[in-house]
Amino acid sequence: MHFDYANVLVFVGLGVGLCALMMGLGALLRPSNPERAKLTTYECGEEVDGDSWINFNIRFYLIALVFLIFDVEVAFVYPVVAVFKGWVDSGRGLFALVEILIFISILISGLVYVWRKGDLQWIKTVVGPEERPRRRVVGQGGADYVVD
Amino acid sequence: MQEYLTTLLGGAEGLALEVGYLLGMLAFGAIVVFGFILPVAGITSWLERRVWARMQSRIGPNRVGPFGFLQWLADGLKNLLKEDVIPTAVDPRLFRIAPYVVVVGFVAAFVAVPFGANLIIADLNIGILYVTAATSLVVVGILIAGWSSNNKWSMLGGIRSATQIVSYEIPAGLGIFPVVLLSGTLSMQGIIEAQGWQPWNWHMFHSPFALAAFLLFFVSALAEGNRTPFDLPEAESELVAGFATEYSGMRMLLFFLAEWGNLYLIGALMATLYMGGWQVPPFTENAVLLGVAQFLSIFLKSCFWVFVAMWIRATLPRVRVDQLMTLCWKYLVPIGLVCVLGTAVTMVVAPEGILGLRFAMFGLVVLVIANFFRRVVFHLRRAKGMGWTIAG
Repeated sequence: MHFDYANVLVFVGLGVGLCALMMGLGALLRPSNPERAKLTTYECGEEVDGDSWINFNIRFYLIALVFLIFDVEVAFVYPVVAVFKGWVDSGRGLFALVEILIFISILISGLVYVWRKGDLQWIKTVVGPEERPRRRVVGQGGADYVVD
Repeated sequence: MQEYLTTLLGGAEGLALEVGYLLGMLAFGAIVVFGFILPVAGITSWLERRVWARMQSRIGPNRVGPFGFLQWLADGLKNLLKEDVIPTAVDPRLFRIAPYVVVVGFVAAFVAVPFGANLIIADLNIGILYVTAATSLVVVGILIAGWSSNNKWSMLGGIRSATQIVSYEIPAGLGIFPVVLLSGTLSMQGIIEAQGWQPWNWHMFHSPFALAAFLLFFVSALAEGNRTPFDLPEAESELVAGFATEYSGMRMLLFFLAEWGNLYLIGALMATLYMGGWQVPPFTENAVLLGVAQFLSIFLKSCFWVFVAMWIRATLPRVRVDQLMTLCWKYLVPIGLVCVLGTAVTMVVAPEGILGLRFAMFGLVVLVIANFFRRVVFHLRRAKGMGWTIAG
């Protein structure tokens, strides 16, 4: 038991060691000629326009919240499914099944709630009063396209 | 592995035993990391380029060594000699830490990956849960890389990646549950021992639900490994190089080492969970011969899935972000829940499993594969009839 988890520590050490070895070996061999232009942030050759540490889209937070709830519930299901076979073998399968059903139906109702609320909708369409009817234009060569 | 070490160390006790264990663990770990993971990740990178090239009627790398086989070593050497550029705008500490986190997350998962009946570093009693937990560390590393680079492309790539990987962890977990239900254990060796060497005794053919969960797990694993069609975090045509935009030389190589290594990990998980792992028919009493056969059994199964992932990458276009999230939350998660419940119901109805159902599922998959080859033959004939030449 302790031996098994000591192995995990050894592997974490080996992972760090692997990176350190490769970086260290590189440090001995590679050139190093830093200069101002080389150390600028890459932005397709343009002058860098501002920081990128800015507020970003709130949708990512929503997904993170939904994920958190579901992941915790998935973590709770792990022990149940691990003992399920034992219960079936000892003839109490139906009882265990009903318990799993209750738990997963709570999960499903959560999913349905989030779905109905529209939080799983990645592209939110906001229909405002400024929405103008679209005009159809006949392009050259008979191709139709739509302009706003 | 503990048994080997105990025999090896003989009658050692106390401190000597502990030190012996530690040295043994380091030795075996180093063999796995440097003798297996590194070459497999490297050779995968070469093989992937060769496979794509063949599928797209190109040649691919063929200059370094026979069939370009040594290309991966040449790439490693080249990256080793490249300048390590750290832009002035980055958060230097996090920028340096990120590759370490990614590599540690992926190397640590190999503790519980079986290579044979007796070939496993440590058969953890929470094996599969541990593997999913360890691989989750990769997303933290990618997020750190994206954030610390202070670059718009990296930022977008990092956040996309985090959203994608955490979202697909749910269907991946649901894809694992049927297997845990069927085996009654989380240990990797226990899961394999609950299956047989005959294909119809694999978990994947237990019921239609298990078969669906198997496909569900593969799709989620591809998404978690940032593989096409889910490689949005590093979509080169829109985000330059995604989270790795500011990385150069060795640091960038470490990210890609983890990505290619992950490919084998996905294959090994597929083989372990659903395809009977190292199970082979008991054809011999010779322990060494049996061990080699078992290793080949799980290795070839894993390589098959690595090949399928390459094939998908050469074939399918990338999905959009909204399609990605819709697929996960509105399709895969509900399907996964149905698979878990369906498997549980099947187990209660027929605790011993239904042999007829197993054969039916097995036959279905055989028919699908046979039809695939029929189509290949058809298209080859058609191409010949039209006078096209097939490259290769």
